[in-house]
Amino acid sequence: MKPPPKHAPSRIASTADLRAFQRMMASAIIRPLTADDGLQPRWTDGRPMDEVAAEFIKPNDRLTSFERLQLYSRMYWFRLFDSIRDDCPGLLAALGERAFGRLAQAYLAQYPSRSFTLRNLCSRLERFILEKPRLTAPRTELASEIARFEWAQTVAFDGEARPVIAASHLARTPPSRLRLGLQPYITLLALRHPIDTYVIAVKRRDALRSEASNTPDAAAVVHRAFRRAALPRPRQTHVAVHRHNNRLFYKRLDPAAFRILDALRRGRTLSRAIAAAGPGVKPAQAKAWFTSWTALGWFCARGNKRRRAAS
Amino acid sequence: MPANRFNGHSDYGIGIGLRVPHYAHILSKKPVVDWFEIISENFMVEGGRPLELLDKILEQYRVVQHGVSMYFGSADKPDRAHLKRLKGLVRRTRTPWLSDHLCWGSVDGTYTHDLLPMPYTFAAARRTAEKIRQIRDYVEVPVCVENVSSYAEFHASEMTEWEFLTEVVELADCGILLDVNNIYVSSKNHGFNPYDYVNNVPHHRVGQMHIAGHTKFEKYILDTHDHPVLDPVWKLYAHATRLCGITATLLEWDDKIPSFDEVHNEALKANEFIDGAKKAAV
Repeated sequence: MKPPPKHAPSRIASTADLRAFQRMMASAIIRPLTADDGLQPRWTDGRPMDEVAAEFIKPNDRLTSFERLQLYSRMYWFRLFDSIRDDCPGLLAALGERAFGRLAQAYLAQYPSRSFTLRNLCSRLERFILEKPRLTAPRTELASEIARFEWAQTVAFDGEARPVIAASHLARTPPSRLRLGLQPYITLLALRHPIDTYVIAVKRRDALRSEASNTPDAAAVVHRAFRRAALPRPRQTHVAVHRHNNRLFYKRLDPAAFRILDALRRGRTLSRAIAAAGPGVKPAQAKAWFTSWTALGWFCARGNKRRRAAS
Repeated sequence: MPANRFNGHSDYGIGIGLRVPHYAHILSKKPVVDWFEIISENFMVEGGRPLELLDKILEQYRVVQHGVSMYFGSADKPDRAHLKRLKGLVRRTRTPWLSDHLCWGSVDGTYTHDLLPMPYTFAAARRTAEKIRQIRDYVEVPVCVENVSSYAEFHASEMTEWEFLTEVVELADCGILLDVNNIYVSSKNHGFNPYDYVNNVPHHRVGQMHIAGHTKFEKYILDTHDHPVLDPVWKLYAHATRLCGITATLLEWDDKIPSFDEVHNEALKANEFIDGAKKAAV
Protein backbone atom coordinates (compact mmCIF):
# COMPACT_ATOMS: atom_id res chain seq x y z
CA MET A 1 0.00 0.00 0.00
CA LYS A 2 1.24 3.47 -0.82
CA PRO A 3 1.93 5.82 2.11
CA PRO A 4 -1.14 7.53 3.54
CA PRO A 5 -1.59 11.29 3.14
CA LYS A 6 -0.42 13.53 5.96
CA HIS A 7 -4.05 14.28 6.78
CA ALA A 8 -7.27 12.51 5.79
CA PRO A 9 -9.17 14.61 3.22
CA SER A 10 -11.85 16.74 4.86
CA ARG A 11 -13.97 16.52 1.68
CA ILE A 12 -14.29 13.54 -0.61
CA ALA A 13 -15.15 15.02 -3.96
CA SER A 14 -13.27 12.70 -6.28
CA THR A 15 -11.97 9.15 -6.60
CA ALA A 16 -8.52 10.49 -5.67
CA ASP A 17 -9.96 11.86 -2.42
CA LEU A 18 -11.66 8.54 -1.76
CA ARG A 19 -8.40 6.70 -2.32
CA ALA A 20 -6.54 9.06 0.02
CA PHE A 21 -9.20 8.55 2.68
CA GLN A 22 -9.03 4.78 2.30
CA ARG A 23 -5.21 4.78 2.49
CA MET A 24 -5.42 6.77 5.71
CA MET A 25 -7.95 4.50 7.38
CA ALA A 26 -6.43 1.24 6.16
CA SER A 27 -2.97 2.35 7.31
CA ALA A 28 -4.36 3.09 10.77
CA ILE A 29 -6.21 -0.23 10.97
CA ILE A 30 -3.31 -2.44 9.93
CA ARG A 31 -0.71 -0.83 12.20
CA PRO A 32 0.33 -3.34 14.85
CA LEU A 33 -1.54 -3.06 18.14
CA THR A 34 0.07 -2.32 21.48
CA ALA A 35 0.73 -5.09 23.99
CA ASP A 36 -2.74 -4.57 25.50
CA ASP A 37 -4.43 -4.71 22.09
CA GLY A 38 -4.89 -0.98 21.69
CA LEU A 39 -4.14 1.46 18.90
CA GLN A 40 -0.67 2.88 19.17
CA PRO A 41 -0.81 6.19 21.02
CA ARG A 42 1.07 8.08 18.30
CA TRP A 43 0.72 8.20 14.53
CA THR A 44 3.65 7.62 12.19
CA ASP A 45 4.51 11.35 12.20
CA GLY A 46 4.49 11.56 16.00
CA ARG A 47 1.10 13.25 16.41
CA PRO A 48 -1.22 11.87 19.10
CA MET A 49 -3.36 9.13 17.56
CA ASP A 50 -6.57 10.47 19.10
CA GLU A 51 -5.98 13.72 17.23
CA VAL A 52 -5.42 11.86 13.96
CA ALA A 53 -8.53 9.69 14.42
CA ALA A 54 -10.65 12.75 15.25
CA GLU A 55 -9.69 14.30 11.91
CA PHE A 56 -11.83 11.85 9.98
CA ILE A 57 -13.94 9.80 12.40
CA LYS A 58 -16.84 11.28 14.33
CA PRO A 59 -17.15 10.47 18.02
CA ASN A 60 -20.53 9.61 19.49
CA ASP A 61 -21.94 9.91 23.01
CA ARG A 62 -20.28 6.62 24.07
CA LEU A 63 -17.10 6.25 22.03
CA THR A 64 -14.32 8.62 21.02
CA SER A 65 -13.02 8.71 17.46
CA PHE A 66 -9.95 6.85 18.71
CA GLU A 67 -12.08 4.09 20.26
CA ARG A 68 -14.16 3.68 17.13
CA LEU A 69 -11.06 3.31 14.98
CA GLN A 70 -9.60 0.94 17.54
CA LEU A 71 -12.62 -1.37 17.16
CA TYR A 72 -11.80 -1.83 13.50
CA SER A 73 -8.10 -2.31 14.14
CA ARG A 74 -8.75 -4.96 16.77
CA MET A 75 -11.17 -6.80 14.51
CA TYR A 76 -8.56 -6.76 11.75
CA TRP A 77 -5.82 -8.19 13.91
CA PHE A 78 -7.98 -10.74 15.71
CA ARG A 79 -9.42 -11.97 12.41
CA LEU A 80 -6.02 -12.38 10.80
CA PHE A 81 -4.47 -13.96 13.90
CA ASP A 82 -7.31 -16.48 13.99
CA SER A 83 -6.75 -17.29 10.35
CA ILE A 84 -3.01 -17.87 10.82
CA ARG A 85 -3.62 -19.99 13.91
CA ASP A 86 -6.12 -22.12 12.00
CA ASP A 87 -3.71 -22.63 9.11
CA CYS A 88 -0.58 -23.21 11.19
CA PRO A 89 -1.34 -25.43 14.20
CA GLY A 90 2.04 -27.12 13.87
CA LEU A 91 3.96 -23.86 13.90
CA LEU A 92 1.93 -22.64 16.87
CA ALA A 93 2.66 -25.85 18.79
CA ALA A 94 6.37 -25.68 18.00
CA LEU A 95 6.87 -22.03 18.93
CA GLY A 96 4.35 -21.63 21.74
CA GLU A 97 1.73 -18.90 22.06
CA ARG A 98 3.98 -15.91 22.74
CA ALA A 99 6.62 -16.50 20.11
CA PHE A 100 3.95 -17.44 17.59
CA GLY A 101 2.06 -14.24 18.37
CA ARG A 102 5.19 -12.12 17.88
CA LEU A 103 5.94 -13.89 14.62
CA ALA A 104 2.40 -13.49 13.30
CA GLN A 105 2.29 -9.79 14.13
CA ALA A 106 5.66 -9.09 12.55
CA TYR A 107 4.74 -11.15 9.48
CA LEU A 108 1.45 -9.34 8.91
CA ALA A 109 3.13 -5.99 9.41
CA GLN A 110 5.75 -6.86 6.79
CA TYR A 111 3.47 -8.78 4.44
CA PRO A 112 -0.13 -7.63 4.78
CA SER A 113 -2.65 -9.62 2.80
CA ARG A 114 -2.51 -9.06 -0.96
CA SER A 115 -5.24 -11.52 -1.80
CA PHE A 116 -9.02 -11.35 -1.71
CA THR A 117 -9.04 -14.57 0.32
CA LEU A 118 -7.55 -15.41 3.70
CA ARG A 119 -6.66 -18.76 2.18
CA ASN A 120 -3.48 -17.15 0.84
CA LEU A 121 -2.50 -15.41 4.07
CA CYS A 122 0.39 -17.74 4.89
CA SER A 123 1.82 -18.02 1.40
CA ARG A 124 4.87 -15.90 2.32
CA LEU A 125 5.32 -17.06 5.90
CA GLU A 126 8.22 -19.41 5.23
CA ARG A 127 10.06 -16.67 3.35
CA PHE A 128 9.47 -14.24 6.22
CA ILE A 129 10.75 -16.72 8.82
CA LEU A 130 13.98 -17.05 6.88
CA GLU A 131 14.24 -13.28 6.44
CA LYS A 132 13.80 -12.66 10.18
CA PRO A 133 15.46 -15.63 11.89
CA ARG A 134 15.63 -13.75 15.20
CA LEU A 135 11.87 -14.20 15.65
CA THR A 136 12.05 -18.00 15.70
CA ALA A 137 15.58 -18.58 17.03
CA PRO A 138 16.81 -21.14 17.94
CA ARG A 139 14.24 -23.10 15.96
CA THR A 140 14.32 -21.15 12.71
CA GLU A 141 15.04 -24.09 10.45
CA LEU A 142 12.33 -26.19 12.06
CA ALA A 143 9.86 -23.29 11.97
CA SER A 144 10.53 -22.61 8.30
CA GLU A 145 10.02 -26.27 7.45
CA ILE A 146 6.73 -26.42 9.34
CA ALA A 147 5.55 -23.23 7.62
CA ARG A 148 6.44 -24.72 4.24
CA PHE A 149 4.68 -27.95 5.09
CA GLU A 150 1.53 -26.22 6.33
CA TRP A 151 1.36 -24.04 3.23
CA ALA A 152 1.71 -27.20 1.13
CA GLN A 153 -1.41 -28.51 2.87
CA THR A 154 -3.36 -25.45 1.76
CA VAL A 155 -2.20 -26.00 -1.82
CA ALA A 156 -3.10 -29.69 -1.66
CA PHE A 157 -6.54 -28.94 -0.25
CA ASP A 158 -7.88 -26.81 -3.06
CA GLY A 159 -5.12 -26.32 -5.63
CA GLU A 160 -5.65 -26.83 -9.31
CA ALA A 161 -5.99 -30.35 -10.71
CA ARG A 162 -5.27 -30.86 -14.41
CA PRO A 163 -6.45 -33.74 -16.58
CA VAL A 164 -4.50 -36.88 -15.79
CA ILE A 165 -2.24 -38.23 -18.51
CA ALA A 166 -3.40 -41.64 -19.66
CA ALA A 167 -1.13 -44.60 -19.04
CA SER A 168 -1.35 -45.42 -22.76
CA HIS A 169 0.25 -42.07 -23.54
CA LEU A 170 3.10 -42.88 -21.21
CA ALA A 171 3.55 -46.26 -22.86
CA ARG A 172 3.70 -45.02 -26.44
CA THR A 173 6.05 -42.04 -25.97
CA PRO A 174 9.78 -42.78 -25.86
CA PRO A 175 11.25 -41.93 -22.41
CA SER A 176 13.88 -39.76 -24.08
CA ARG A 177 11.10 -37.47 -25.35
CA LEU A 178 8.47 -37.80 -22.65
CA ARG A 179 8.08 -34.81 -20.32
CA LEU A 180 5.49 -35.16 -17.61
CA GLY A 181 3.87 -32.51 -15.48
CA LEU A 182 3.08 -33.05 -11.83
CA GLN A 183 -0.34 -32.03 -10.59
CA PRO A 184 -0.15 -28.43 -9.32
CA TYR A 185 -1.69 -29.44 -5.99
CA ILE A 186 1.34 -31.65 -5.16
CA THR A 187 4.22 -30.17 -3.21
CA LEU A 188 7.48 -32.11 -2.99
CA LEU A 189 9.39 -31.41 0.19
CA ALA A 190 12.95 -32.33 1.12
CA LEU A 191 13.04 -31.62 4.85
CA ARG A 192 15.62 -31.96 7.60
CA HIS A 193 12.92 -32.97 10.09
CA PRO A 194 10.00 -35.44 9.89
CA ILE A 195 7.43 -32.65 9.82
CA ASP A 196 4.68 -34.94 8.55
CA THR A 197 4.62 -37.07 11.70
CA TYR A 198 4.95 -34.00 13.87
CA VAL A 199 1.95 -32.29 12.25
CA ILE A 200 -0.08 -35.48 12.57
CA ALA A 201 0.78 -35.62 16.28
CA VAL A 202 -0.26 -32.01 16.77
CA LYS A 203 -3.55 -32.57 14.96
CA ARG A 204 -4.28 -35.67 17.05
CA ARG A 205 -3.56 -33.75 20.22
CA ASP A 206 -5.81 -30.88 19.15
CA ALA A 207 -8.60 -33.27 18.16
CA LEU A 208 -8.38 -35.08 21.47
CA ARG A 209 -8.40 -31.80 23.34
CA SER A 210 -11.44 -30.70 21.39
CA GLU A 211 -13.29 -33.98 21.99
CA ALA A 212 -12.59 -33.78 25.69
CA SER A 213 -13.72 -30.19 25.96
CA ASN A 214 -17.27 -31.18 26.92
CA THR A 215 -16.07 -32.97 30.04
CA PRO A 216 -14.01 -30.60 32.16
CA ASP A 217 -12.18 -33.24 34.21
CA ALA A 218 -11.15 -35.26 31.18
CA ALA A 219 -10.15 -32.08 29.40
CA ALA A 220 -7.70 -31.21 32.14
CA VAL A 221 -6.11 -34.65 32.00
CA VAL A 222 -5.84 -34.56 28.23
CA HIS A 223 -4.49 -31.03 28.32
CA ARG A 224 -1.70 -32.03 30.68
CA ALA A 225 -0.87 -35.16 28.72
CA PHE A 226 -0.87 -33.47 25.34
CA ARG A 227 0.34 -30.03 26.26
CA ARG A 228 3.07 -30.21 23.72
CA ALA A 229 3.69 -32.68 20.94
CA ALA A 230 7.37 -33.62 21.12
CA LEU A 231 9.41 -31.53 18.72
CA PRO A 232 10.84 -33.61 15.89
CA ARG A 233 14.51 -34.53 15.98
CA PRO A 234 16.49 -33.91 12.80
CA ARG A 235 16.07 -36.66 10.24
CA GLN A 236 16.25 -36.26 6.48
CA THR A 237 12.69 -36.68 5.21
CA HIS A 238 11.26 -36.61 1.71
CA VAL A 239 7.54 -36.25 1.44
CA ALA A 240 4.86 -35.34 -1.08
CA VAL A 241 1.91 -33.39 0.27
CA HIS A 242 -0.99 -34.22 -2.02
CA ARG A 243 -4.63 -35.16 -2.16
CA HIS A 244 -6.46 -38.26 -3.30
CA ASN A 245 -10.20 -38.39 -3.77
CA ASN A 246 -10.09 -34.83 -2.43
CA ARG A 247 -8.63 -35.89 0.90
CA LEU A 248 -5.31 -34.63 2.15
CA PHE A 249 -2.39 -37.08 2.33
CA TYR A 250 1.32 -37.03 3.08
CA LYS A 251 3.32 -39.62 1.16
CA ARG A 252 6.84 -40.44 2.27
CA LEU A 253 9.22 -40.78 -0.65
CA ASP A 254 12.47 -42.64 -1.04
CA PRO A 255 15.19 -40.04 -1.74
CA ALA A 256 15.70 -41.51 -5.22
CA ALA A 257 11.96 -41.35 -5.91
CA PHE A 258 11.99 -37.73 -4.75
CA ARG A 259 14.81 -36.95 -7.20
CA ILE A 260 12.83 -38.46 -10.07
CA LEU A 261 9.70 -36.46 -9.29
CA ASP A 262 11.70 -33.31 -8.71
CA ALA A 263 13.44 -33.71 -12.04
CA LEU A 264 10.12 -34.24 -13.81
CA ARG A 265 8.70 -31.13 -12.21
CA ARG A 266 11.74 -29.22 -13.45
CA GLY A 267 10.96 -30.29 -17.01
CA ARG A 268 13.46 -33.09 -17.49
CA THR A 269 12.55 -35.92 -19.84
CA LEU A 270 11.55 -39.21 -18.29
CA SER A 271 14.86 -40.86 -19.11
CA ARG A 272 16.85 -37.97 -17.61
CA ALA A 273 14.61 -37.93 -14.53
CA ILE A 274 15.23 -41.62 -13.96
CA ALA A 275 18.93 -41.05 -14.42
CA ALA A 276 18.72 -38.37 -11.74
CA ALA A 277 17.61 -41.04 -9.29
CA GLY A 278 21.13 -42.44 -9.29
CA PRO A 279 22.65 -45.77 -10.19
CA GLY A 280 21.32 -47.67 -7.19
CA VAL A 281 17.70 -47.73 -8.35
CA LYS A 282 16.64 -50.99 -9.91
CA PRO A 283 14.24 -50.88 -12.88
CA ALA A 284 11.65 -52.91 -10.96
CA GLN A 285 11.72 -50.37 -8.14
CA ALA A 286 11.31 -47.41 -10.50
CA LYS A 287 8.48 -49.23 -12.28
CA ALA A 288 6.68 -49.79 -8.97
CA TRP A 289 6.98 -46.11 -8.10
CA PHE A 290 5.59 -45.04 -11.45
CA THR A 291 2.73 -47.52 -11.13
CA SER A 292 1.83 -46.01 -7.76
CA TRP A 293 2.15 -42.38 -8.93
CA THR A 294 0.11 -43.07 -12.03
CA ALA A 295 -2.62 -44.74 -9.96
CA LEU A 296 -2.70 -41.65 -7.74
CA GLY A 297 -3.21 -39.47 -10.82
CA TRP A 298 -0.09 -37.44 -10.20
CA PHE A 299 0.93 -36.96 -13.83
CA CYS A 300 -0.58 -34.37 -16.10
CA ALA A 301 0.45 -32.40 -19.15
CA ARG A 302 3.07 -29.78 -18.47
CA GLY A 303 1.84 -26.21 -18.16
CA ASN A 304 2.96 -23.45 -20.49
CA LYS A 305 6.22 -21.60 -19.95
CA ARG A 306 4.64 -18.72 -18.09
CA ARG A 307 2.95 -21.09 -15.65
CA ARG A 308 6.19 -22.95 -15.09
CA ALA A 309 8.03 -19.74 -14.37
CA ALA A 310 5.36 -18.74 -11.88
CA SER A 311 5.59 -22.01 -10.02
CA MET B 1 -42.72 -8.01 -5.00
CA PRO B 2 -41.11 -11.37 -4.34
CA ALA B 3 -39.77 -11.66 -7.87
CA ASN B 4 -38.16 -8.69 -9.54
CA ARG B 5 -35.41 -7.97 -12.01
CA PHE B 6 -32.91 -7.57 -9.20
CA ASN B 7 -33.24 -11.18 -8.09
CA GLY B 8 -33.57 -12.63 -11.54
CA HIS B 9 -37.38 -12.81 -11.30
CA SER B 10 -36.94 -15.73 -8.94
CA ASP B 11 -39.39 -16.87 -6.27
CA TYR B 12 -36.99 -17.91 -3.54
CA GLY B 13 -38.36 -18.15 0.00
CA ILE B 14 -36.39 -18.67 3.18
CA GLY B 15 -32.83 -19.91 2.96
CA ILE B 16 -29.84 -20.40 5.20
CA GLY B 17 -26.12 -20.01 4.77
CA LEU B 18 -24.22 -23.12 3.69
CA ARG B 19 -21.66 -23.68 6.44
CA VAL B 20 -19.01 -26.35 7.02
CA PRO B 21 -20.42 -27.86 10.27
CA HIS B 22 -23.63 -28.72 8.41
CA TYR B 23 -22.14 -30.34 5.32
CA ALA B 24 -22.38 -33.92 6.58
CA HIS B 25 -25.97 -33.47 7.76
CA ILE B 26 -27.08 -31.88 4.50
CA LEU B 27 -25.46 -34.50 2.31
CA SER B 28 -26.65 -37.46 4.34
CA LYS B 29 -30.14 -36.33 5.42
CA LYS B 30 -30.98 -34.14 2.44
CA PRO B 31 -33.24 -31.84 4.47
CA VAL B 32 -35.83 -29.74 2.66
CA VAL B 33 -34.41 -26.25 2.37
CA ASP B 34 -35.66 -23.70 -0.12
CA TRP B 35 -32.19 -22.43 -0.96
CA PHE B 36 -28.67 -22.02 0.33
CA GLU B 37 -26.54 -18.92 0.25
CA ILE B 38 -22.86 -19.62 -0.31
CA ILE B 39 -19.94 -17.31 0.35
CA SER B 40 -18.54 -16.98 -3.15
CA GLU B 41 -14.94 -16.67 -2.00
CA ASN B 42 -15.05 -20.07 -0.28
CA PHE B 43 -15.56 -21.66 -3.66
CA MET B 44 -13.41 -19.40 -5.86
CA VAL B 45 -10.69 -22.03 -5.73
CA GLU B 46 -9.16 -24.14 -8.45
CA GLY B 47 -10.09 -27.62 -7.27
CA GLY B 48 -10.36 -30.06 -4.41
CA ARG B 49 -12.99 -30.72 -1.82
CA PRO B 50 -14.76 -27.32 -1.82
CA LEU B 51 -15.80 -27.67 -5.44
CA GLU B 52 -16.67 -31.36 -5.08
CA LEU B 53 -18.93 -30.46 -2.20
CA LEU B 54 -20.49 -27.55 -4.01
CA ASP B 55 -21.33 -29.76 -6.97
CA LYS B 56 -23.07 -32.24 -4.67
CA ILE B 57 -25.10 -29.44 -3.12
CA LEU B 58 -25.99 -28.10 -6.57
CA GLU B 59 -27.41 -31.49 -7.53
CA GLN B 60 -30.03 -31.12 -4.81
CA TYR B 61 -30.48 -27.46 -3.96
CA ARG B 62 -30.82 -23.94 -5.29
CA VAL B 63 -27.84 -21.78 -4.44
CA VAL B 64 -27.33 -18.02 -4.37
CA GLN B 65 -23.89 -16.46 -4.28
CA HIS B 66 -22.99 -13.87 -1.68
CA GLY B 67 -19.58 -12.21 -1.77
CA VAL B 68 -17.44 -10.59 0.90
CA SER B 69 -14.50 -9.20 -1.04
CA MET B 70 -15.71 -7.41 -4.15
CA TYR B 71 -15.51 -4.12 -2.25
CA PHE B 72 -17.73 -2.09 -4.53
CA GLY B 73 -16.71 1.02 -2.61
CA SER B 74 -12.93 0.65 -2.86
CA ALA B 75 -11.29 3.28 -5.01
CA ASP B 76 -9.27 0.54 -6.73
CA LYS B 77 -10.43 -0.76 -10.09
CA PRO B 78 -12.11 -4.17 -10.12
CA ASP B 79 -9.55 -6.96 -10.25
CA ARG B 80 -9.93 -8.77 -13.58
CA ALA B 81 -8.58 -12.08 -12.29
CA HIS B 82 -11.00 -11.95 -9.38
CA LEU B 83 -13.92 -11.21 -11.70
CA LYS B 84 -12.95 -14.06 -13.97
CA ARG B 85 -13.03 -16.49 -11.08
CA LEU B 86 -16.31 -15.07 -9.90
CA LYS B 87 -17.86 -15.44 -13.31
CA GLY B 88 -16.67 -19.05 -13.50
CA LEU B 89 -18.44 -19.72 -10.23
CA VAL B 90 -21.59 -17.93 -11.42
CA ARG B 91 -21.70 -20.30 -14.38
CA ARG B 92 -21.22 -23.27 -12.11
CA THR B 93 -23.92 -22.34 -9.59
CA ARG B 94 -26.33 -20.68 -12.02
CA THR B 95 -27.09 -18.19 -9.25
CA PRO B 96 -30.09 -16.05 -10.27
CA TRP B 97 -28.50 -13.02 -8.66
CA LEU B 98 -25.30 -12.09 -6.92
CA SER B 99 -24.81 -9.99 -3.81
CA ASP B 100 -21.94 -8.25 -2.08
CA HIS B 101 -21.56 -5.35 0.31
CA LEU B 102 -21.77 -1.60 0.06
CA CYS B 103 -18.39 -1.07 1.62
CA TRP B 104 -14.70 -0.97 0.96
CA GLY B 105 -11.93 -3.16 2.35
CA SER B 106 -8.87 -2.93 0.16
CA VAL B 107 -6.66 -0.16 -1.14
CA ASP B 108 -3.71 -0.38 -3.54
CA GLY B 109 -4.21 -4.15 -3.54
CA THR B 110 -3.79 -4.56 0.23
CA TYR B 111 -6.75 -6.30 1.85
CA THR B 112 -8.15 -5.75 5.33
CA HIS B 113 -10.66 -8.61 4.98
CA ASP B 114 -13.24 -6.41 6.63
CA LEU B 115 -16.42 -4.69 5.46
CA LEU B 116 -15.44 -1.09 6.12
CA PRO B 117 -18.03 1.68 6.05
CA MET B 118 -18.09 4.23 3.27
CA PRO B 119 -17.88 7.97 3.60
CA TYR B 120 -21.36 8.90 2.38
CA THR B 121 -20.48 11.41 -0.33
CA PHE B 122 -21.75 11.96 -3.85
CA ALA B 123 -18.33 11.32 -5.36
CA ALA B 124 -18.04 8.03 -3.49
CA ALA B 125 -21.54 7.06 -4.62
CA ARG B 126 -20.65 7.76 -8.26
CA ARG B 127 -17.46 5.74 -8.07
CA THR B 128 -19.21 2.87 -6.31
CA ALA B 129 -22.10 2.79 -8.78
CA GLU B 130 -19.66 2.80 -11.69
CA LYS B 131 -17.91 -0.27 -10.26
CA ILE B 132 -21.16 -2.09 -9.63
CA ARG B 133 -22.18 -1.53 -13.26
CA GLN B 134 -18.81 -2.77 -14.53
CA ILE B 135 -18.98 -5.87 -12.37
CA ARG B 136 -22.60 -6.65 -13.23
CA ASP B 137 -21.90 -6.25 -16.95
CA TYR B 138 -18.99 -8.66 -16.64
CA VAL B 139 -20.64 -11.39 -14.58
CA GLU B 140 -23.95 -11.06 -16.46
CA VAL B 141 -26.29 -11.60 -13.51
CA PRO B 142 -28.26 -9.06 -11.48
CA VAL B 143 -26.41 -7.59 -8.52
CA CYS B 144 -27.84 -6.69 -5.12
CA VAL B 145 -25.78 -4.58 -2.74
CA GLU B 146 -26.00 -5.14 0.98
CA ASN B 147 -25.90 -2.46 3.66
CA VAL B 148 -23.22 -3.26 6.25
CA SER B 149 -23.23 -2.85 10.00
CA SER B 150 -20.81 -0.18 11.09
CA TYR B 151 -19.05 1.19 14.13
CA ALA B 152 -17.75 4.49 12.76
CA GLU B 153 -19.08 7.55 10.95
CA PHE B 154 -17.03 10.10 9.07
CA HIS B 155 -16.83 13.87 9.06
CA ALA B 156 -16.65 13.81 5.27
CA SER B 157 -20.13 12.27 4.89
CA GLU B 158 -22.66 14.44 3.08
CA MET B 159 -25.81 12.37 3.63
CA THR B 160 -27.34 9.58 5.70
CA GLU B 161 -26.50 5.96 5.06
CA TRP B 162 -29.90 5.21 3.54
CA GLU B 163 -29.58 8.23 1.26
CA PHE B 164 -26.18 6.97 0.18
CA LEU B 165 -27.52 3.47 -0.45
CA THR B 166 -30.35 4.95 -2.51
CA GLU B 167 -27.98 7.16 -4.48
CA VAL B 168 -25.73 4.21 -5.31
CA VAL B 169 -28.45 1.75 -6.34
CA GLU B 170 -30.25 4.36 -8.45
CA LEU B 171 -27.04 5.35 -10.24
CA ALA B 172 -26.05 1.71 -10.73
CA ASP B 173 -29.61 0.59 -11.42
CA CYS B 174 -29.05 -2.44 -9.22
CA GLY B 175 -30.87 -4.20 -6.40
CA ILE B 176 -30.60 -4.07 -2.63
CA LEU B 177 -29.90 -6.87 -0.24
CA LEU B 178 -31.54 -5.31 2.77
CA ASP B 179 -29.89 -6.58 5.95
CA VAL B 180 -32.32 -5.60 8.67
CA ASN B 181 -29.99 -6.79 11.43
CA ASN B 182 -27.25 -4.54 10.07
CA ILE B 183 -29.67 -1.62 10.02
CA TYR B 184 -30.58 -2.31 13.63
CA VAL B 185 -26.93 -2.66 14.73
CA SER B 186 -25.88 0.55 12.99
CA SER B 187 -28.91 2.42 14.32
CA LYS B 188 -27.85 1.64 17.87
CA ASN B 189 -24.20 2.45 17.18
CA HIS B 190 -24.99 5.75 15.48
CA GLY B 191 -28.22 6.81 17.12
CA PHE B 192 -30.68 6.90 14.23
CA ASN B 193 -34.15 5.43 13.93
CA PRO B 194 -33.94 2.11 12.05
CA TYR B 195 -37.49 2.61 10.77
CA ASP B 196 -36.40 5.84 9.05
CA TYR B 197 -33.83 3.73 7.19
CA VAL B 198 -36.30 1.04 6.12
CA ASN B 199 -38.96 3.60 5.20
CA ASN B 200 -36.66 5.56 2.95
CA VAL B 201 -34.90 3.04 0.73
CA PRO B 202 -36.39 2.25 -2.70
CA HIS B 203 -38.49 -0.77 -1.81
CA HIS B 204 -38.96 -1.92 -5.37
CA ARG B 205 -35.21 -2.56 -5.60
CA VAL B 206 -35.03 -4.95 -2.65
CA GLY B 207 -34.21 -8.35 -4.10
CA GLN B 208 -33.26 -10.13 -0.89
CA MET B 209 -33.16 -9.65 2.87
CA HIS B 210 -30.78 -10.82 5.56
CA ILE B 211 -31.59 -11.51 9.18
CA ALA B 212 -29.08 -12.44 11.90
CA GLY B 213 -28.22 -12.22 15.55
CA HIS B 214 -25.94 -9.67 17.17
CA THR B 215 -24.21 -9.09 20.50
CA LYS B 216 -24.69 -6.13 22.81
CA PHE B 217 -21.72 -4.63 24.60
CA GLU B 218 -21.70 -1.75 27.03
CA LYS B 219 -20.99 0.97 24.48
CA TYR B 220 -21.81 -0.60 21.14
CA ILE B 221 -23.42 -3.55 19.38
CA LEU B 222 -21.38 -6.00 17.31
CA ASP B 223 -22.75 -7.83 14.31
CA THR B 224 -21.59 -11.26 15.45
CA HIS B 225 -23.99 -13.67 13.67
CA ASP B 226 -23.68 -16.01 16.63
CA HIS B 227 -27.14 -15.78 18.16
CA PRO B 228 -30.77 -16.28 17.23
CA VAL B 229 -32.44 -13.21 15.75
CA LEU B 230 -33.46 -10.74 18.44
CA ASP B 231 -37.00 -9.41 18.77
CA PRO B 232 -36.33 -5.84 17.61
CA VAL B 233 -34.78 -7.24 14.44
CA TRP B 234 -37.81 -9.49 13.80
CA LYS B 235 -40.04 -6.45 14.20
CA LEU B 236 -37.95 -4.48 11.76
CA TYR B 237 -38.03 -7.43 9.37
CA ALA B 238 -41.82 -7.56 9.60
CA HIS B 239 -41.97 -3.85 8.83
CA ALA B 240 -39.60 -4.21 5.88
CA THR B 241 -41.62 -7.12 4.54
CA ARG B 242 -44.80 -5.05 4.69
CA LEU B 243 -43.09 -2.31 2.68
CA CYS B 244 -41.07 -4.39 0.21
CA GLY B 245 -43.32 -7.38 -0.20
CA ILE B 246 -42.41 -10.96 0.55
CA THR B 247 -38.77 -11.24 -0.35
CA ALA B 248 -36.16 -13.98 -0.48
CA THR B 249 -34.83 -14.07 3.06
CA LEU B 250 -31.64 -15.55 4.44
CA LEU B 251 -30.61 -16.20 8.03
CA GLU B 252 -26.89 -15.67 8.65
CA TRP B 253 -25.35 -17.74 11.46
CA ASP B 254 -21.57 -17.78 11.16
CA ASP B 255 -20.13 -18.31 14.61
CA LYS B 256 -20.97 -20.71 17.47
CA ILE B 257 -23.00 -22.50 14.84
CA PRO B 258 -25.60 -24.84 16.37
CA SER B 259 -27.16 -27.89 14.71
CA PHE B 260 -28.57 -27.64 11.23
CA ASP B 261 -32.11 -28.02 12.54
CA GLU B 262 -31.69 -25.22 15.05
CA VAL B 263 -30.43 -22.84 12.39
CA HIS B 264 -33.12 -23.85 9.91
CA ASN B 265 -35.90 -23.57 12.47
CA GLU B 266 -34.69 -20.12 13.43
CA ALA B 267 -34.80 -19.08 9.78
CA LEU B 268 -38.28 -20.50 9.31
CA LYS B 269 -39.58 -18.18 12.02
CA ALA B 270 -39.57 -15.61 9.25
CA ASN B 271 -42.69 -17.36 7.91
CA GLU B 272 -44.66 -15.93 10.79
CA PHE B 273 -43.88 -12.42 9.63
CA ILE B 274 -44.34 -13.27 5.99
CA ASP B 275 -47.80 -14.63 6.79
CA GLY B 276 -48.54 -11.42 8.63
CA ALA B 277 -47.53 -9.41 5.59
CA LYS B 278 -49.70 -11.61 3.38
CA LYS B 279 -52.75 -11.05 5.60
CA ALA B 280 -52.09 -7.32 5.68
CA ALA B 281 -51.93 -7.28 1.90
CA VAL B 282 -55.33 -9.02 1.48
